[in-house]
Amino acid sequence: MEFKDYYETLGVARDATPDEIKRSYRRLARKFHPDLSADADADDRFKEVQEAYEVLKDPEKRAAYDRFGADWQAGQEFRPPPDWQPDVGFSGGGYTEAGEFSDFFEALFGGAGRRRSGAGRRRSGGGYTHLRMKGEDIHARIAISVEDSFRGATRSLSLQVPQVDGEGRLVTRRRSLNVSIPRGVSEGQQIRLRGQGGPGLGGAPDGDLYLEVVFAPHPLFHAAGRDIHLDLPVAPWEAALGATVTAPTLGGDVELKIPAGAGSGSRLRLKGRGLPGTPAGDQYVEIEIQTLKADTDAARVLYERMRREMAFDPRAGLGKD
Amino acid sequence: MAERDLRALSGTLLDERTVFGLRELCAACGVHAEIVIEMVEEGVLEPRGAEPAEWLFPGSAVTRAQKALKLARDLRVNWPGAALALDLLEEIEWLRSHRRRAAGPTARARSPEGAPVSARLIRTPA
Repeated sequence: MEFKDYYETLGVARDATPDEIKRSYRRLARKFHPDLSADADADDRFKEVQEAYEVLKDPEKRAAYDRFGADWQAGQEFRPPPDWQPDVGFSGGGYTEAGEFSDFFEALFGGAGRRRSGAGRRRSGGGYTHLRMKGEDIHARIAISVEDSFRGATRSLSLQVPQVDGEGRLVTRRRSLNVSIPRGVSEGQQIRLRGQGGPGLGGAPDGDLYLEVVFAPHPLFHAAGRDIHLDLPVAPWEAALGATVTAPTLGGDVELKIPAGAGSGSRLRLKGRGLPGTPAGDQYVEIEIQTLKADTDAARVLYERMRREMAFDPRAGLGKD
Repeated sequence: MAERDLRALSGTLLDERTVFGLRELCAACGVHAEIVIEMVEEGVLEPRGAEPAEWLFPGSAVTRAQKALKLARDLRVNWPGAALALDLLEEIEWLRSHRRRAAGPTARARSPEGAPVSARLIRTPA
């Protein structure tokens, strides 16, 4: 396994005071909190920061960790020394609310880090039979397309789910399941699958699985809640004179009347053409006027004629009070 | 060892069409009622109904309460702080989703179907 430099993770010196460690942890926890950060790797970074803080905030664990000295580099191949005894002295202490720690952490401080977020820890060989506790809720994200939300769909996903094995121990297994995507789901909403989380103990109910929906980027459509936005390119004469053009919607192409005099940025609303629901969302079409290059003689003649004959100053509104 | 489950599981969509009472919300978040009552008093959650026994929460309140619990646990913010963070996050999300898309592939229309749909012009640049 790889050595982890907890000081580097928290961005503090090896002789940092407990206050410095705490301040740095709080700052990084805010920065990488999965509910606050839009970074794709925020989840992993947050876990690393939590693990580092778990060790460095505790004088005993920190002292034990410091025995490895400053010679170790992050990422270096690491084996705990043969006389190292995990689970002794550390397993009794309370762990903060972290979910899962790294193999490196477990090799040093015992498997208790891989525990449930409630209470109760595995007794060696004992199992959980003395406990009654609802199973762990599992949170995951599922990426779908706007079309999936528009039509409804079935998506398969694969998750690490805790299970109780034959000897009553809690183990993690990879599990594939198919999930129905309800019509009209919008980004950020959760789908709750009751009883699909971790196993309940002592006859208590199983936990639930929560799937947070995110939309994969779409080449044409962009969702905001149940509303769908589309940029529609139009020719200058279509915008100036008005035109009926074909525009895509999630339900198929429609003919759309562009009113005469529409400008770039004008928005048209197609009521009820967004994602289904009560009420259904709308589709907004934003007009984007595209100019034509004067790269033929004919085009150049037309542009020259417009320049001569049309009194148009697009900058009339600039620099005047 | 992977375990396959080939049935398609249907869940509950936690949107405004799903309604939770106080007890159901507590069960979904794994907390006691006092915690949810505190969250309501401090503005994290805004149920319909006057009394706790009559409170009705939209499904989105489950997501909001779970996030508030995580923020309080991980960042040690109090309930008003969590409410502020969640309100700001919603605003950021709104701004993000209404920001104009970067220039991407342009819309290509296929053969027209049906009659022209009526559209309302709602904004003309000045």
